[in-house]
Parts: sequence; C-alpha cells; structure tokens
Amino acid sequence: MASPSLMDSLFQRSLDDIIKGLRHQQSTESTFISKVIEEIRREIKTTDLQTKSTALQKLTYLNSIHSIDMSWASFHAIECISSPAFAHKKIGYLAISQSFNESTPVILLISNQLRKDLNSGNEFEVNLALDCLSRIGTVDLCRDLTSEVFTLMSTSKVFVRKKAVGVVFRLFEKYPDAVRVCFKRLVESLESSDSQILSAVVGVFCELASKDPRSYLPLAPEFYRILVGSRNNWVLIKVLKIFANLAPLEPRLAKRVVEPICDHLRKTGAKSMVFECIRTVATSFTEYESAVKLAAVKIREFLLEDDPNLKYLGLHGLSIMAPKHLWAVLENKDIVIQSLSDEDPNIKLESLCLLMAMVSESNVVEICRVLVNYALKSDLEFCNEILGSILSTCCQNVYEIITDFDWYVSLLGEMSRIPHCQKGEEIENQLIDIGMRVKDVRPELVRVGHHLLIDPALLGNPYLHRMLSAAAWVCGEYVEFSGNPVELLEALLQPRTSLLPSSIRTVYMQSAFKVLFFCVCTYIEQKEDMTLEVSDLTSKGECSESSDLASAKAPVECDQDEGFNPRNSSQSYEDPSVVNGGPGHVSTSAFMEEKSFTRESIVKLVNLMELSMCPLSGSYDVEIQERARNALGFIELVKQDILSRLLRKEANSESEDVCASKIVEWLHDAFYEELGPVSITAQERVLIPDELVLKQNLADLEAICGNVELTSSCSFSLRSPYYGESAGVSFSNHQVEEDSEPSTEATSLLTEHRRRHELYYLPSEKNETITTANDYAPATITIANDYPPANYLSSGINTNDDSQDLVTLTNQSLLPKRKPNYAKPRPVVVKLDEGDAAPVTAKKPEVKDDLLSGAIRDILNEAKSASSQSNPSDKSSIKKKGKEKLNVDLSDSKEDLAVREQPNPENPSSRRSKHRGHGKEKSKKSQEKKDGAGREDGGEKGKQKSRNRNGKHKTRQRADAPSNVAAQTPAIPDFLL
Amino acid sequence: MIQFVLLISRQGKVRLTKWYSPYTQKERSKVIRELSGVILTRGPKLCNFVEWRGHKVVYKRYASLYFCMGIDQEDNELEVLEIIHHYVEILDRYFGSVSELRPWFIVCELDLIFNFHKYNAAYYALDELLIAGELQESSKKTVARLIAAQDSLVEAAKEQASSLSNIISQATK
Repeated sequence: MASPSLMDSLFQRSLDDIIKGLRHQQSTESTFISKVIEEIRREIKTTDLQTKSTALQKLTYLNSIHSIDMSWASFHAIECISSPAFAHKKIGYLAISQSFNESTPVILLISNQLRKDLNSGNEFEVNLALDCLSRIGTVDLCRDLTSEVFTLMSTSKVFVRKKAVGVVFRLFEKYPDAVRVCFKRLVESLESSDSQILSAVVGVFCELASKDPRSYLPLAPEFYRILVGSRNNWVLIKVLKIFANLAPLEPRLAKRVVEPICDHLRKTGAKSMVFECIRTVATSFTEYESAVKLAAVKIREFLLEDDPNLKYLGLHGLSIMAPKHLWAVLENKDIVIQSLSDEDPNIKLESLCLLMAMVSESNVVEICRVLVNYALKSDLEFCNEILGSILSTCCQNVYEIITDFDWYVSLLGEMSRIPHCQKGEEIENQLIDIGMRVKDVRPELVRVGHHLLIDPALLGNPYLHRMLSAAAWVCGEYVEFSGNPVELLEALLQPRTSLLPSSIRTVYMQSAFKVLFFCVCTYIEQKEDMTLEVSDLTSKGECSESSDLASAKAPVECDQDEGFNPRNSSQSYEDPSVVNGGPGHVSTSAFMEEKSFTRESIVKLVNLMELSMCPLSGSYDVEIQERARNALGFIELVKQDILSRLLRKEANSESEDVCASKIVEWLHDAFYEELGPVSITAQERVLIPDELVLKQNLADLEAICGNVELTSSCSFSLRSPYYGESAGVSFSNHQVEEDSEPSTEATSLLTEHRRRHELYYLPSEKNETITTANDYAPATITIANDYPPANYLSSGINTNDDSQDLVTLTNQSLLPKRKPNYAKPRPVVVKLDEGDAAPVTAKKPEVKDDLLSGAIRDILNEAKSASSQSNPSDKSSIKKKGKEKLNVDLSDSKEDLAVREQPNPENPSSRRSKHRGHGKEKSKKSQEKKDGAGREDGGEKGKQKSRNRNGKHKTRQRADAPSNVAAQTPAIPDFLL
Repeated sequence: MIQFVLLISRQGKVRLTKWYSPYTQKERSKVIRELSGVILTRGPKLCNFVEWRGHKVVYKRYASLYFCMGIDQEDNELEVLEIIHHYVEILDRYFGSVSELRPWFIVCELDLIFNFHKYNAAYYALDELLIAGELQESSKKTVARLIAAQDSLVEAAKEQASSLSNIISQATK
C-alpha cells in the first residue's frame, strides 16, 4: 500500500505540468487529457491527502476549462475538505462549489463538515465554508446550518460577518423558515456603520425585494436613511433598485423619495449611478414630471457622448420611458434615427425599438417607408429585425394604427419582395387576417397576391413559401375581385410550383380550383343571362355577343344588388360575382368587361387545369392526390357540357343547360359561405338547449379529435364544407354528429382548436353572437358539430338551413355598421372583443417565494406579539433600536387592522388614543434617529417628520394587510399630520 | 445578481468559469460555446453589452482576455463593468506582487495559465469579490490581503507536506 502511494506522491504531475503539457501538445489535446484523467482516477484513490488533493485540483481545472465531467469524484472532494490541512480544504471546497448540485447524492455528507468549519476558530476555514454554502446550499443544508450562520452574523470579524450576511440570501431562498431566526439580525445589520457589511446586507435586501417587494415596505425608513446618508455608490445603486421596487406600492413613499433621488442625479459624477437614477425614475417615478424631465436631460447627455456604452444605455433608458413619456423620445428623434445606422447592432436594435414606439396613425406610412427602404440596404439579420418590428407594430390591437389598408397590404407585398426577407410566416398570418377582417381591402389584397403569385422568383425562396400560400388562398377565396382570373390560374399552375412543399401546394391547387370554378360560373351565368334576357338576339359570333352581353349586364347587376343584400344572395347562384362581394361590388362592374369569357378561353382554361392536374392525381401525397382528383372530377362534369355548347351553337336546349347549371349550383353552395373570425370564447357563451342529451363519456372522440388537430396544423382547414361531397362523410363527422353537443372534454378540445385557429374558424360575426347569444344558440351548435376536420376535402357536413339563417341574420345586423360616414373612412376592421388576445393567465408567484414572504410576514407578526408583552418604551440602547422599531411598527399595524376590520363608530376615542400614542412614540423615535444621522435641517423638521411617519404608517398597513384590506383607502386620521 | 463569470481568450479558449446559478454541465458548455461566438466577433468600438437569450452579458476585453459576466435584466450594466474592472485590478495587484511588478494590462492569460496555485488565486479573488452573485468587497486592498493570508496558509501546509520527514513518515507508515 505504502509504496505506490509514495511513488505517486513523488512523481505525480502537478497542475503546472498539465497546463504546460496541454500548451505543448495542442494537436493531441484530447488524448493528452484522457491520459491525465486516467492518472487522476488512479491518484485520487490514494490515502495520501496531498496526492489526492493535487489530483482533485487537476480535475477541477480540467472541468472548468475543458468541461470534463467530475461528478464521479464528488466523494473524494468530501474527503479533501475533511482534511485538517487548509490547503487540502481549499482545493476540496473549490471542487465542491464547482461541481455539486441539488442532485449530487453525497451532498448530505458534507453537512457535518460544513458545520465543523463554520464553527472553526480559523476565520479562513469559516470563510471557505460560507463560500461553499452560498453556492451549493440545498434545502437540507440550509436548514441544518441556519443556526451556525446566525451566530456568524454577529461575529466580530467583519470579513466573516459580511459573508454570513451574503449567505443569508441563499438560506432564505432555500429554507424560508430561516427568516424566523435570521431576519432580525439582518435588519439590525442595516444600521451597521461598517460599509462592507452595509453593502452586503443591502445586496441581500435588493435581491429579496426584487422578488416580493411588498414584504419589505416596513423597512423603507431604513433604506431612506441609507439613501440620503450613504456616500458609497455600490450601496446607493442597490438602494435605488430597492426603491424602484417599493415606490410603486406606496405613493407617499414615492413622494418622499423622489427628491433625494433627483439630488443624487444632479450631483453624482459616476455614470453607473446616473444611469441607475435614470432607470429608477423611468420605471417607478413616472408621474413626477420634474424628475422625469431631469432624467430626460441626463439621457440626452448620454446620447451625445461618444462612448457606445453610454449611447446604448441612453437609448435603453429612452425605451423604458417611451410608454409613458413619449415626448422624451420625440425630443431625441434625430439621434434615434441617426443611431439606426450605427455600426453596433445593439444600438441599431434599440433605436429600431424606439422608432417603432414613435409610430402613430399619422406617421406610420412615412416611418414604414423609410424603414423598408433601409431594410433593403441592411444585412440579413437586421433587415429581418426591421421587417419583424414593422409587422408586429402594425398588427397591434387589430391593426389599430392602420387607416389605409390598401397601402398596408401593398407594403406587405413589397416587404415580401425584399431579397433578405424571412418573415413569410408572419406575413402569411397578416394577409389572411386582414382578408378576413377588412372587407374593403380585398380587391387590393387580391391584386397584391396576384403579383406575388406571378413572380416565379419568389417560389425559389423557402422562407416565403408560407407567404405565398396565404397569397394563393386569398386569391382563391376572393377571386371575384381579380382583374384577370386567367392569368391568376396560370400563375397558380405554373411549373415552378413543384418547388413548394406539399402542404402549400395543396393550397395552390385548391385555389386554382376555386379560380377555375369562378370562371366557369361566370361563363355559364353569361350564357343564362343571354338565354333569359336576350334570347331574341341572334348569336353570330360568341365573341361579339358576349361583349355585348357584358355591357348589357352591368345595369342588370346593379338592380340585383339593390334588391339583395350582397351576402344574402346566397341562394341565387346566378350572381356569384357579387355573392362574396360585400361593399367591394362597386368595382365588380369594372371587372366585368375583362371577365367575360369566350367559349374558347374557358375551354383553354379547363384544358390547362386538366393538363396540370393529371400528373398530380398519381402523387404520393394523399392531399395533393385527392385535390387533383377533385379538380379532375369537376372538369369531367363540366367539360362535356361546355364542349357540347360549343358544338351546338345556336340550338340551346333547356335540358342540357340544366346539367351544367346544377353542378355549378351545387358547387356554388359549397363555396359561397364566407369565413369570418370567431372569438375564442364564442362557444362557451352558447347556452345548451334543454332538450339536448349529452353523451357523457367522450373519450373515444378525444382520440379522434386529437388526430385531427395534429394534421390540421399544417394547412388551412378553413373552407366551408363541401356540399357535393356529402356521400363521403368521414367517420369523425359521423361521430361528432351522433354526439350532438359535445360535453365538457369535447368542448374543451374544440375550444382548444378554436383558440389555435380562431381566425380561420367559423363564419359568423362575433359581436352579434355575444349580444344575442340565445338567438344564435341552435345555429352555433350546428357549427360546433360541424367541427371542421383538417382536410376539408374529406369533410362532408351539411350546411343546413339553420346556419344559413344565421348567416343571413348576421349579415343583416352587420349592415348598419358598414355605412361610411366620412370622406376617407377607415375600413371596418372586424374585431372580437376579448377574443383577439389569447387569454393571459395570471402568472402565479412561485411557491418558494410565497413561502418566503409568508415567513417574513410571520416573523413580523411574531415580533409584534413579543413586543406587546415587553414594554415598548424601554428602548435605551441604540443597538436595539431597529429591532424595536420594527416591533412597534408591527403592533401598530396590527391594531390598525383590528380597528379597520370592525369599523366601529362607537369607539372612535380608543382608536384615536391609540393612534395618538403611536404618533408620539414615533415622532420621538424618528427624532432620535434623525438627530443621530444628523441630516435634518431645522426649518422643515416637523413637517418632514410627520410626513415620514405617515408614510411609514401606511406602509405598515399595506405590508401586513391581506390584499383586500390593502385595497381600501387607508384611513389615516388627519390630526396626525 | 451575477449569474456567471467567464474569462475567454481572444482565440476562444476558456480560461476561467464560475457559475452562481445552477447550470448543468451541458448548459455550461452551450453558454460558453455560443457566447464566445457572439462576443469574439464583436468589433472593438462597439458597446460592451450583449443581449443573449434573455440574458444580459457585460464583457470587456483586457489585453487578450475577455472578461464576461452574465447578469439579470434589471442589473446595472455600468456597475458590472466597474466590477469587472475591479476584478482585473485585483488580479493585477495580486500577480504583480507574486511576480515582478508590471502594468495591469499584462495580467493576461499567461499568468492565469502558468501559475498553478496562483491560477486558483483568480478563483479565490473572485470569491472574495462576490458572494452569491453579489458584490461584497469593494476594497481592493482588503481582497489582496485576504488572498495573501490564505496563500501563506497554503504555503505552510505545502512545505510541511513536502518536507523530507513527512515523506519518510508516510513511506514507513
């Protein structure tokens, strides 16, 4: 045993050797390290502590620099700290604090050793143990060692004491009950004259107060004393942070503190201090105009400096101020815009944020113009930052700042064409969102989408595919506004679409289908108009005839429009171009000229479609395949008819016409229904009819819906269901229909789905649904049953009369809203009251923090009961002052509470006397304190004092009272002032 | 509070790491890898703050060494810069006293690498400077004195351990 140990200790490599070795063997670093690790594994097992600790030291080094695992050596580290030699202990503690964590199994073993070292006579050993505890303290360790730390907090050695104070933070965090033991002593330390200790204790309170400020309000007077008395910037910065947390809770405190803070802001030379003051004012003292002005002046000084750090922080300070004091940003507009071209990306980002904060309804157009131009010239990363911030700013609050949607939509198109653009997904969402919400903008939307679809270059950028899918969907959905459906169809079917992922390709195909359908519809309608109204006309050449027709038709259409509410015309398929028209129909007559189709052009279109779809009907992707087959099926049905017409020319027999019209009518029924946004909570507001029997156990449904949801995420599953497909009702639909109204689990599933796809979900106007929920109940339930599965081709749901009624109703109730009143009105943007924002669940504070603040409140209460027994007036020693003040504070607030909880008007005298007594006591004490601090100027004395007292008073109530009590206006008797 | 302290050489080699919040070994490597990528590529005239994955990182280059500290959102960047500077001065004072006197900016990696127990001194200096992620000693002199005192304790122990009699007593145990 002895000889290997001797060999080891004589020939062991030191850490020095290893570092040199690593230095000289760059090429084979890993082999060298693994060799060293092997040695370490051997050496560390020795009984000789010197060898062991050297091995551990080497391992620690390798862990820290080369990320070598050292968890296996945790037991050896414990062996090292139990050595009597300081050198070994030191190495052992370093290793432990570096490698141990909550889950280290042997961590419990160090509890005793830590206690021994904390009680050691050697202050450096104590020091090591404290350091270690502050890093690795677990719940158990903190519980076991609380009393040791408590003892050390009053040791005479300053350098140990301040570390003990620092460790207290870890104790509180891990083991809130430690508050009972240590809190008083911690508060006492605030009075310490030693700046080191003060610094440590303020640091602890700073961290504590940032987590739960309310509990520390009672200590505000102490912090105030430090704020006005201390000359140490390290301490002051932390006190400022504490006040930044406390001030919003207590307006009187803010009033009291704002002046000293401004004093510091004026006088101090340290930039860090200036910045801390600025930040404090900007976050917590926003209603003090003079303070904010002063801070703005200082910010400007920062902005004018050459130092990039100060510039960055100046901009940062402005962005903190921006929400409440935009003028501060506007004052520095020039600098902000200059900074946009700074070489530092951080500064650029900050200035971009500020620029977006300045955006308003009136300047959004110019700012976006500037930014988009700037984005063209910027590098990829910043370009996308710019685009991202434009997009997110403009869509805030349902496009609150946008008045000219035509402009915004074309801006979206322009943004998509910037070569660096990677924001396809965001643009996709907004294109669809705007299309659904803003009816007036649809023609422009289609125009922009059309241009985007035509551009073959965009297909090559994978980041833009999502955007293109939105453009395709928009063009398909609102094809009636398209100036040139033929070109649109060609764009949708261009060969380069093979570059698209299949999920988006299906959107293209579906849109192409819709466009084709629209063309055929228009064509057939022309024919019918001709047969019905101009049957006497002899048709020589279709070409001339149809153009005649078109011109003849325009007035007819207008008549129809007046007769129908556009969206009401659902049953009258003969007027499909207006069906979805809404207010946009004014432009339709303009389109009609180009939209009239000749037989040749229709046949050409049908052939083009057939040609492109044929190869896809054999695709491996089921979605693509299915859609291709649908399209082909439609073509099959229609083509015959159209061709025969072509041949028949003049002999238009009624019976044959019916065939084509029937098909078109059916399909039209499938397409006519418009999709609108729906509130997330719409479903919940629908009352369940009494006669409805709910199936309780819907576990089987859950499984199905789960699957459906998964698939739905990749494509828009938003079309209104097909009519003609009803033969192929899918299993899931059956299921849903049988179950009628889904019960709770199903409802939650549906709501979940709705939440995800709320925008695309169901037709109906939400506002109405809310106000008259009962009227719509049946219809909405139908919709709930029609829970659209992901792939709309497979969804065969009956659009029954109920839902049509609903649409009619909704349309009627919508009408008055659409009346434009002023010259260039902002188009109606459909809003869902609270449904647009995802419900924000109030974030609950962590349990730990709860425990901690609870413990602090408890300790304050305990102190109260203790003080009520002891006589509060025997406060002679200055040392005890803090503690007792605390006690008194508490007892007072308790009494206060008691009085307030039973507001008893018969008993005002007792209440008054209590308050008065307290007031006297308080004033005496605060006088004492102030005199001690020697910072009171005679003139204002009384006034200040009383204000201070007052602040404290309320403060205390707040801290101890449960929130409902705190919410009441504190009844502080005026006679105290 | 300060979440971590990293010293990285200009070539991207890690020279010192210290973690005040619980990070797993994997997270540590990730932070080091990604952060050094961000910081080392930044030009000399840019500001010393980086926003990185919700962290704020304050860094400053001294000689060929980058001193980086990860801090919370609400921490004061300038204060942390001062802490870094403070630390550098402490290191300088320390290394200056153990080797020849030299200006602080040469406290470069060589010192950190080649002085083995003095290497650890960089850790211990940090321990004296910060506790639980908070500054706790703002006096350079005090930190230097404390490190020196601990050094002498270690030296005493080492001499005792490496004395001939000790080796013989071990061998004949």
